[in-house]
Amino acid sequence: MYIYDEFDRTFLHERVNEFRDQVVRRLSGELSEEEFKPLRLMNGVYLQLHAYMLRIAIPYGTLSAAQMRALAHVARRYDRGYGHFTTRQNIQFNWIKLDELPDAMADLAAAGMHGLQTSGNCIRNTTTDQWAAATPEEIEDPRLYAEIIRQWSTLHPEFTYLPRKFKIAITAAKHDRAAIRVHDIGLRLYRKDGQTGFEVIVGGGLGRTPFIGKTVREFLPREHLLSYLEAILRTYNAGGRRDNIYKARIKIQVHEIGTEEFSRRVEEEWAQLKDGALTLDDAALDAIRAHFQVPDFEALEDGGPELAAAKADPAFARWYANAVAPHRVPGHAIVTLSLKPVGGPPGDATADQMDAIADLADRYAYGEIRVAHEQNLTLPHVRQKDLLALWQVLDAQGLATPNIGLISDIIACPGLDYCSLANARSIPLAQDLTKRFADNDRIADIGRVHLNISGCINACGHHHVGHIGILGVEKQDQEFYQITLGGKANHKAKLGELLGPAVPESEVVDVVERILDTYLELRTSPAETFIAAVQRLGIEPFKDSAYAAR
Amino acid sequence: MPLVKTGVVIADPFVTVADDAALPDAPALVSAARLLAEGEALLAHAHPVGVIWPNNKDVLELAPFIGRLALVALVFPKFRDGRAYTQARLLRERLGFTGELRATGNVLRDQFLLMVRCGFDALDVAKDSDAAAVEKELHSYSVFYQPTGDGRPTPLRARLGARPA
Amino acid sequence: MTSPLQQKLKINGPTVITANRLGDGVVVWLRADGSWSLDIGDAAVVTTSTEALRLLGIANADENRAVGAYPAPVVLDAAGLPRPANLRERIRVGGPTVALPGAA
Repeated sequence: MYIYDEFDRTFLHERVNEFRDQVVRRLSGELSEEEFKPLRLMNGVYLQLHAYMLRIAIPYGTLSAAQMRALAHVARRYDRGYGHFTTRQNIQFNWIKLDELPDAMADLAAAGMHGLQTSGNCIRNTTTDQWAAATPEEIEDPRLYAEIIRQWSTLHPEFTYLPRKFKIAITAAKHDRAAIRVHDIGLRLYRKDGQTGFEVIVGGGLGRTPFIGKTVREFLPREHLLSYLEAILRTYNAGGRRDNIYKARIKIQVHEIGTEEFSRRVEEEWAQLKDGALTLDDAALDAIRAHFQVPDFEALEDGGPELAAAKADPAFARWYANAVAPHRVPGHAIVTLSLKPVGGPPGDATADQMDAIADLADRYAYGEIRVAHEQNLTLPHVRQKDLLALWQVLDAQGLATPNIGLISDIIACPGLDYCSLANARSIPLAQDLTKRFADNDRIADIGRVHLNISGCINACGHHHVGHIGILGVEKQDQEFYQITLGGKANHKAKLGELLGPAVPESEVVDVVERILDTYLELRTSPAETFIAAVQRLGIEPFKDSAYAAR
Repeated sequence: MPLVKTGVVIADPFVTVADDAALPDAPALVSAARLLAEGEALLAHAHPVGVIWPNNKDVLELAPFIGRLALVALVFPKFRDGRAYTQARLLRERLGFTGELRATGNVLRDQFLLMVRCGFDALDVAKDSDAAAVEKELHSYSVFYQPTGDGRPTPLRARLGARPA
Repeated sequence: MTSPLQQKLKINGPTVITANRLGDGVVVWLRADGSWSLDIGDAAVVTTSTEALRLLGIANADENRAVGAYPAPVVLDAAGLPRPANLRERIRVGGPTVALPGAA
């Protein structure tokens, strides 16, 4: 955990006061809606179909148990007892009242939380690997750099009114769990010739014009991270399009002037900024590192007798095989909590579940919780000997569905049930799919499949990079869904290919089932995953079967 | 529209001059096109000269004139259009401009502090009521996370400074 | 802001003006007298773009009570009262179509 100090607490207090004053001025009419809207958005406040929505930042997806309890408190006191975890490792509440928002924000600030820069045309929450500092595969904790970026980007005076929103993601592991190639800037931390630095990828993004990001610099020594980011942001702020909201993201600028020219402009600007006040010397890095509290890990061996005994229970063994991953510290494990129960809205958690998770984190996981961009939660540091006890509580709370990474582990945006931008609903479709694929043996046999649903072209549900992507569209007031196959969000990121004409809501589940049946029939062996089969076969065989019954 | 300079409402000494009009016997504010066309001749004026610089034009073009310009007025056509923040920092931090840097256009109180942090020292405030709030807004924060030309220490450096060696 | 009178607006069939209440975001509909109601049944129904623009102008001028006003299509029920004509508006009237978590 990064521990806030007096500076951070003072800043949050000042931010709450500023917003309280802005709300008062809006309610009195001193601020017009046009003037107020960007201010409220910059504090995470949207106006949706039924109410205001508050999006709360969870910096790089790391939460303490105390912060999770603060979220539960906000859910109960100011909302309707639940929240929705998002693909950007944040949480949003759907029923907040504007006139109560300053109080809600003050309560959050007391726990070191806020809605700052979760919306608006500014630098958003920097996301990272939910397994950071726990997985054996990474070279360094990427949150160190995410925190440095958080501080640098917080109320940056030059970059608060950019052409459009700006999202940064960072990974330090070979396996990219942060989808860095579909962000405005993606950073891959690695070592080269004994130096630590970043591959810098710019101009990725989904939405109506999806792009995979382009590498603008193969290796950037870590001390130059901020000066290089400042050069990119400055190039974008000065030259990004502002004439058309749909062409205002940095991906369009990079696309229109070309990666080479964009890179040249950045390097030219960086030459001026390099080695200036933004340089991250070792003292600065150590100062940030010192604020990260590392758990006092118990000295344990891998695979102790408690774990071996627990595996005798087939239900536990199934969950263990699905939801538990290796940890860098012996005798420990990374545990993923499924927020995708059969028939439930993907990513939602009730206040009672939040409290239960906070208690479990305190008891079994050194008080730390992570949010994954797949809309699940992670307990990054669990003692293996406690896994059985943990699982029993998770199971009772509906948080142990053994479907992590499987067909029913669906990413879905809130869709037309809540969102004022949506064209079609996402949640009922996700619920129907999880009900169709409720059999644990069956989904385990189908194996790894990422199914992502967006209710409109803005692609909050990341449909372009789902192995199966579903996009809601509206035709004459009827909900239809387009289906894509073959998308990937990882280090080999790829956009999915459109399968064919959109299908009505009533047929989507059947079409998905026929696609998966075709896979089961055509796979060379159970070792060939769905995505591998799609890559080998192309979309044609799936297209034929998907539309066969029509 | 009240002009607030370093926290105080002042009368604007500059006269905005049309491109085809003769310079007045007073400080003159001219367009970018006129400055670039007339250059030296214009700067030989007996009174201070300033320029209104649009937000889609590279401020580094001002480099040849920078020491002799008394005022650069940058433009916020809408408060949401943030290009002039970058221009302001480049003028101050890259070109070393020390004259008056004025924010004009849709200049509202909720952006005052951002503007000052980027190097503006004069605000051509769009609403009368906002002019009275300048002091309050400029003191709404005491913690600043990133270094700009205003020289305020960031927590990162302050923490290091506060630590015994 | 463009004057509502200069805007073009195409409407097909009966239309009401809807918005969200400023203080709490609750969905509201514009009555004929220019006040806001929580019940779509109270909404003023218009059938021409001229009338719709006039009402929208009234709504937009009242942004200290309600924000984000726009014209929404309706159908008239047996009693002649307006009811939502598309899925989006049905959801705004009736709430999410799924059970809220924790409500079961």
